[in-house]
Amino acid sequence: MSNENFKPKILVFSTDKISDPGIDQAGLRKIHYSPSVYVISLPCSSGIKPRWIMRAFEKGFDGVFIAADGHECSYSPKCAEHTNNIILESQTLMKANNISPKRIRMAAICSVCAEPFSGHMDNFSRILFELGDINTEKIKYSKTNNEIKDEPKG
Amino acid sequence: MKERIGVYICHCGGNISDYVDVEELGKMFHAEDNVIISKDVMFACADSNQKAMVNDISENHLDAIVVASCSPKLHLHTFKNVASRAGLNPTNYVQVNIREQCSWPHSDKPREATVKAAGLIRAGINRVSHSESLDNIEIQVKRAVLVVGAGVAGMKAAIDLARLGNEVYLVEKDYFVGGRIAQADKLFMSGQKGKDIVAKLYAELKSYKNITLFTGATVEKVSGSLGNFHVDIKIKPRYIHVKADPTTVKKAMDECSIMVDDAFSFALTKRKAIYKNYAEALPDVPVVDIEALKNDTEFLSKYASSFDLTQQDEVLSLYAGSVLVTTGFDSYQPKDGEYGYKTVPNVLTLPEFNSLMELNPEQLVYNNKAIKKIAFIYCVGNRQTKGENKYCSRQCCTSAIYSSIQLKEKYKNITAFHLFRDIRTYGKQEILYEKSSKQGDIYIRWDEKEPPIVEQDGKSINIKVKDHLTSKKELEVEADMVVLVTGMVAREDSQQISEKFKIPIGNDKFFNEIHPKLKPVETVIKGVYIGGSCQGPKNISESVQSSLSAAAKINALLKGGTVSLDPVVARVNNDVCTWCGKCAEVCEYTAIRSIASGDKQIAQVNEAICTGCGICAPVCLVNAIEIAQYTDSEIESMIDGFMQKIEIRDKSSESEEVETTEVLMMKEFPQLWKNILESIDKSKKSIPQLAEELATDKEIITYHLMTMNKYSVVMADGMDEKEAYYYYKRKN
Ligand SMILES: Cc1cc2nc3c(=O)[nH]c(=O)nc-3n(C[C@H](O)[C@H](O)[C@H](O)COP(=O)(O)OP(=O)(O)OC[C@H]3O[C@@H](n4cnc5c(N)ncnc54)[C@H](O)[C@@H]3O)c2cc1C
Ligand code: SF4
Ligand code: SF4
Ligand code: SF4
Repeated sequence: MSNENFKPKILVFSTDKISDPGIDQAGLRKIHYSPSVYVISLPCSSGIKPRWIMRAFEKGFDGVFIAADGHECSYSPKCAEHTNNIILESQTLMKANNISPKRIRMAAICSVCAEPFSGHMDNFSRILFELGDINTEKIKYSKTNNEIKDEPKG
Repeated sequence: MKERIGVYICHCGGNISDYVDVEELGKMFHAEDNVIISKDVMFACADSNQKAMVNDISENHLDAIVVASCSPKLHLHTFKNVASRAGLNPTNYVQVNIREQCSWPHSDKPREATVKAAGLIRAGINRVSHSESLDNIEIQVKRAVLVVGAGVAGMKAAIDLARLGNEVYLVEKDYFVGGRIAQADKLFMSGQKGKDIVAKLYAELKSYKNITLFTGATVEKVSGSLGNFHVDIKIKPRYIHVKADPTTVKKAMDECSIMVDDAFSFALTKRKAIYKNYAEALPDVPVVDIEALKNDTEFLSKYASSFDLTQQDEVLSLYAGSVLVTTGFDSYQPKDGEYGYKTVPNVLTLPEFNSLMELNPEQLVYNNKAIKKIAFIYCVGNRQTKGENKYCSRQCCTSAIYSSIQLKEKYKNITAFHLFRDIRTYGKQEILYEKSSKQGDIYIRWDEKEPPIVEQDGKSINIKVKDHLTSKKELEVEADMVVLVTGMVAREDSQQISEKFKIPIGNDKFFNEIHPKLKPVETVIKGVYIGGSCQGPKNISESVQSSLSAAAKINALLKGGTVSLDPVVARVNNDVCTWCGKCAEVCEYTAIRSIASGDKQIAQVNEAICTGCGICAPVCLVNAIEIAQYTDSEIESMIDGFMQKIEIRDKSSESEEVETTEVLMMKEFPQLWKNILESIDKSKKSIPQLAEELATDKEIITYHLMTMNKYSVVMADGMDEKEAYYYYKRKN
């Protein structure tokens, strides 16, 4: 169980043309979500490297959220499949580092998805709150195994 | 590494600084962060600030800049241009969104918003310090265009492109040009005959020496990219000897006695084994149906000098700078038994029926029966809530009504029933609907859940239909003929065309443009455009409008001889790549191929094709491929920046006080506010529109509008067409 003041930090990967404008909409309409959410926008969610995700966990992010384009992706009809593969690969690396695979999530966010985005953030924050601070997870691991594995090369 | 960075943090007239301590942030970044100048500014986008930025860059020899303000969707290009004007490469500029993604959504938690803004700006500084100076990719383009499909859309576009000075290769699958309109008699709205329009366009085509027309030709293979597509086309033979005397050929045609079903007239008539689609079909050279004629050795030897049976398929290679696809549509073909098609006699589709009318100038006769009562059933194969074709074909209502008008003009004692779901005669076409109603046509409306039932009834056809306009009473209509008003579907071979040119196909199987409103004829493939009814159902004028706009786009693209492309593309680390081919496997655009490098094979990216999507990067096991501007060092330094520790003074008590006084002050609306409100009450407006209308400086409008927004007097409501400015309306 987490300490009451714990505010989970979330790194969001969005996409320039579709999900980032959706996140902007939430701001434009003053729909609130946690200020511990930080966004990096890319051309397509299929271009996220697992090593970036691992870097986020290493630096202290408690969760990574992928705001994908789903069927709207203009680059590839297989976008959801590619992004899913990236998540699976990341989860394998996370497990190897004793990071809960629940700390990564994906959902399709479209350019008008203001409420769904803030809803996802609230929901994910709750889940991460239950999971607790990523640093305690890492410490727990080091105590039992007496070592922290290196960040894997991805 | 960039070491002389300028940072500009915007108040946005309060939109940001009311919640985020912009002044404090302005003092936070110093030389140890490679920041030479750091400023908080009232409006970063204001002309005065832009000028100051240009001065700062040159006076302080800045090598990169960061602006923390609104969403990059609004002002990315504004500040890239500032960089360019100051002689800085625009790729050394990073925009940080502290409004839409910070001050606004976290307006409830100002202190935390300030902490987040600091992290966002720190990430922006880190990113820009790793940024590279990238030049746009310049590509030489050949001023030649391949147009695929010589229907009305393709022919019109070819003529325009040639008139503008481009070399044009027009490739038509059929042996004759014109597409669907050559099959039609009189056309709405002009009443011209389809065949006459085709003849006129063909004469115009032929007057241009820079148009080469290939008939009986299809695209076999496509390689290359924007500026230099390499296309192999296959041309089927006509089996007419190149030196044949036209009079003898004509004589052979007259004398030929072998008849086969004529696909051009929907098998309503037979045609000869030496044929043209219709007497005036163009080009004016017949075709020998070799399968049908091959056993008539006597005839073949009599006209041996006219025929050349040794002719083979010919493959030609062409080079074109750009491609326009105008391959048109097919008509929906009903399944056997659908509304009695093929199972009840005298049930035809609308194209078949139009052909029948053209073939019967005096009296309408079919299967030896005089046709007097005709029932049209609308929306066949379209608007299927549960079926494949959910869309409406837009032109079939008008087509059917126009056929009905011609029926009454041409023949005597005709009764026409129209069994419709909705009538979609938009625009001027409504006049035809009115004309048909006035001439006594009977309209009966049915619902998709209870479609009409078509059955044979002795020598007539009986149609049971529930009339939704008169309390769903079941009516029985007796008719001599039923016409199924079939809609448009994508060409059977559209999948093959899509694979050759990599054009995406939509759920409806028509080709997909990038954006129906903003990029209506462009595809995601650079240099490949679409026009006419291969994009979706269109009538002639809509088909021509789209193909002509594609022609204009293509001409603008090719006329300078070079094209400048965004440098955001994939690149390979030659030392690390082992050519496993994984990246090439996932690339949707075949932008990656292998080349030899020293004693090994490596991946090579074709920059003209690459879209910069990045899909190839995560699949490489040895991390040998990356996207410019999204490199590991740029992204990872951003992640580090978000998490760097920051100290912020707690000024919350002071800021609360300021807030109350401002609110009180703002109760008195200045005159300008009243004028703005009056104007936006009429219709929503953007900042430049208001500035023009109220003859007031754009910066002053911006300041007041932002303040009005801050106090919830106005609110944003969508963006203008260029996605440069928000529209504002009164907030209730
Ligand atoms: C029954 C009916 C009646 C109509 N009446 C009217 C009317 O009165 N007024 C009106 O405005 N509109 C009418 N329309 C609509 C009109 O037919 C279309 O708007 C028009 O034909 C579209 O022109 P297009 O050039 O896009 O396509 P098409 O006419 O289909 O031409 C496409 C051309 O591309 C060629 N092609 C196809 N595939 C390939 C390939 N792979 N390689 C090379 N070439 C290829 C085809 O052979 C064809 O010549 C009617 C439609 C129907 C079905
Ligand atoms: S145009 Fe008319 S007949 Fe055609 S699909 Fe639309 S509503 Fe049905
Ligand atoms: S996936 Fe990597 S190693 Fe394999 S070919 Fe592509 S760049 Fe080279
Ligand atoms: S960035 Fe996209 S288009 Fe470019 S090579 Fe990689 S997968 Fe292909």
